Amino acid sequence: MTSSVGGGVASALQLLWILLAGPLALGLMRKVRSRLEGREGASVLQPLRDLRKLSTKQRTRPTDSTWVFAAAPVVLVASTVVAAAFSPLVTLSALLASRVDFVAILFVLLLGSVSLLLGALDTGTAFAGMGASRAAMVGAMVEPALLVAILAMSLGVGTSNLSRLVGVGVTTSALAGPARILALVSFFIAILAETGRLPVDNPATHLELTMIHEAMVLEYAGPDLALVTLGESARLVLLLGLFANLALPWGIASGTGALALVGGLLAVSIKVGLVAVAVSVFEVTTAKIRLFRIPELLAGAFLLGVLSVISAVALR
Amino acid sequence: MTLEDVLSQRPARAHLDLEPRDLLDAARGLFEAGFHLASVTACEDDDALRVVYLFVDGPPDQRIEVHVRLDARNPEVPSLAAVSFPAGRFEREMADLFGVVALGHPQPRPLVTHQHWPAGWHPMRHEAARAPFDLDAAPFPFNPVEGEGVYEIPVGPVHAGIIEPGHFRFWVVGETIIKMKARLWFTHKGVEKLFEGRDVDEAVPLAERISGDSAVGHSLAFVLAAEDALGVAPSAQAVRERAMLLELERLYNHVGDLGALCNDTAFSLGQARAMTLRETLLRLNDRVTGHRLLRGALALGTTTLRDLPQRDELAGIAERVNDVVALAKANSIVMDRLRGTGVLARADATDIGVLGVVARASGIARDARDAHPFVTTRAYSTVTEETGDVLARFLVREREIAVSLAMIDELLAGGGVTVTLPQSARGTGTGIVEGWRGAITHRVEFDANGRLARVKVVDPSFVTWPALAVALANTIVPDFPLVNKSFNLSYAGNDL
Repeated sequence: MTSSVGGGVASALQLLWILLAGPLALGLMRKVRSRLEGREGASVLQPLRDLRKLSTKQRTRPTDSTWVFAAAPVVLVASTVVAAAFSPLVTLSALLASRVDFVAILFVLLLGSVSLLLGALDTGTAFAGMGASRAAMVGAMVEPALLVAILAMSLGVGTSNLSRLVGVGVTTSALAGPARILALVSFFIAILAETGRLPVDNPATHLELTMIHEAMVLEYAGPDLALVTLGESARLVLLLGLFANLALPWGIASGTGALALVGGLLAVSIKVGLVAVAVSVFEVTTAKIRLFRIPELLAGAFLLGVLSVISAVALR
Repeated sequence: MTLEDVLSQRPARAHLDLEPRDLLDAARGLFEAGFHLASVTACEDDDALRVVYLFVDGPPDQRIEVHVRLDARNPEVPSLAAVSFPAGRFEREMADLFGVVALGHPQPRPLVTHQHWPAGWHPMRHEAARAPFDLDAAPFPFNPVEGEGVYEIPVGPVHAGIIEPGHFRFWVVGETIIKMKARLWFTHKGVEKLFEGRDVDEAVPLAERISGDSAVGHSLAFVLAAEDALGVAPSAQAVRERAMLLELERLYNHVGDLGALCNDTAFSLGQARAMTLRETLLRLNDRVTGHRLLRGALALGTTTLRDLPQRDELAGIAERVNDVVALAKANSIVMDRLRGTGVLARADATDIGVLGVVARASGIARDARDAHPFVTTRAYSTVTEETGDVLARFLVREREIAVSLAMIDELLAGGGVTVTLPQSARGTGTGIVEGWRGAITHRVEFDANGRLARVKVVDPSFVTWPALAVALANTIVPDFPLVNKSFNLSYAGNDL
């Protein structure tokens, strides 16, 4: 009984953390990018201020859109929060953490992507439809790459439970080795594609015709846009957090004691911050690949995942 | 002088008066002799409409004017669209603004005027009073493209970035563009009409504002035309300084374009470096002329500068350009995006009659600094690339920056030979200048009081715009901004 209360507290902490860390990570990434380009850049807090501003604005929706359009941002935020609650971010002992496998977490997360895609189609505008079709193309290749990457890691330790997968990494070196490195690289590329970062998509562009992700959400305004931005940034942090904990599992809390949770919170914040900075540095120096090279890139990520599975089986 | 004399003697300047029925044969003869059509314009005299065709070739600098007088009540000329694509565009413009009908034109529809313009109202005619405009609510018909999976994307005229207005309509299958149509003239301001009645001093600031990024190009073309018409010879010093200003304008625009091309591939490091360099150049402009966009330095017969660039300053700029270019070239993703994208074949470029950077990137060695020079320098050479893709247009800009820097250096060291241009001193004149986009042509006519009666402005964008749609064939939609930026045509200069 006590442990499930503790798990509940831990889960609540995780979902609150992700809603705050999302916008902050976005602000941090923009700041790093600005400084590397020789600009001062806006404050790290700017995305939070933007959210406050957007949430007070009038709600406008396309005339012919239906509840699908209106529900998409809510589903995006809700699915991200649910996935965050059960994931090994701050602690290994979040609510239901021992009973949820990685397939469940990833599929809950991808529910948000699908709802955004449907919301975009619902507007009936040229840009949103174009963005949705591109996002569907990317998404269809991201999912297998993500799944195979985690499958490869789980084969090495014989569990499909994410918390146990991270936990094993803390105590043993069972996850080290070629299989894990290949899987992590594959996982990282898939995350960049799924969250619309370079070299797949340019989150900073104003060129409508080149957009993937931004085109899909072009019709959202005011509080709806605030939800979309919040949900997307939270999802970015969740995926970066999972990656960070799989790559560098140390520091994550194993229990749900107050001290352990504070330590875990610090650890995951620092790790996600480091990964976010690394992503920004990478983004400044790279460029956006041609649209029809995206399948090549993601097929490459998938292939790395398959190689990782093979080496995991072979080395067992 | 007759057409036969012109073709056999190749004079530097000539004036032919022709009957409408002789026009087509004369044009054929001139095109076969290698002449290009630089502008077509109507002028309204007291008793008639006069259409003036300006044929040019060079080197050596040759400009042949063909005048055709028409009945003002029923102005009709035979269309030259069958022998020259640019002629067809000029004729449509003339039909809208003057009501001159081009007989046998294959596309007898409005070009400049949108649906809400009053029907039958030709704003350039003297008697045209201000007419009532309808609301811009009429649908703009495009020839529809139909078929399995064809998807139509309308873009603009209001865009997400701070750029000029133009409407683009794409028909795509999957991501591949099968057709693109541009609708421009959202910024038609009646610039040519605004010139009427001004004296030269009042007209130069207007010429500087035709297209904000080509202040020197347009005002210099205007000043040269006015000097031709009025018989004013500038000092050798002024001519050298003009050449330097023209290259300074090319520098800051080409550097900006290199950065913008990096930006359109999302290569932000290259863009950031290029934009800081552009800022350095703008501050240099400010020091030299008192204006960041080089306004206010040119006048009839003279040039006024506040300061000169330092030669070591130019060396530093050259180094920084090389850094930006090296960064872009070292990035395989950027190069992959530029290479083979938006190819404009040389044959298409020739048929359309494109000018400037776009022409030279498709292997056409045309440059007004070579064909119609007012200064010759040792540092100048015509830069061409053969592939006609975005990369070729990137490389032409890169190499032209080097040429410009060398030219400025030579001019600062007192080098460069000024060319004495022939002057009519009879109230009409032409000025041709290689602006950073391409050849800018102005043709002016003064009235007896020394005030401007008619100014015809041709920005290279006017003739080059149709080539964009051709270069887009088989390009994918997300590469459109990149191709468009590599052309970087002016809306203001086109719409006038």
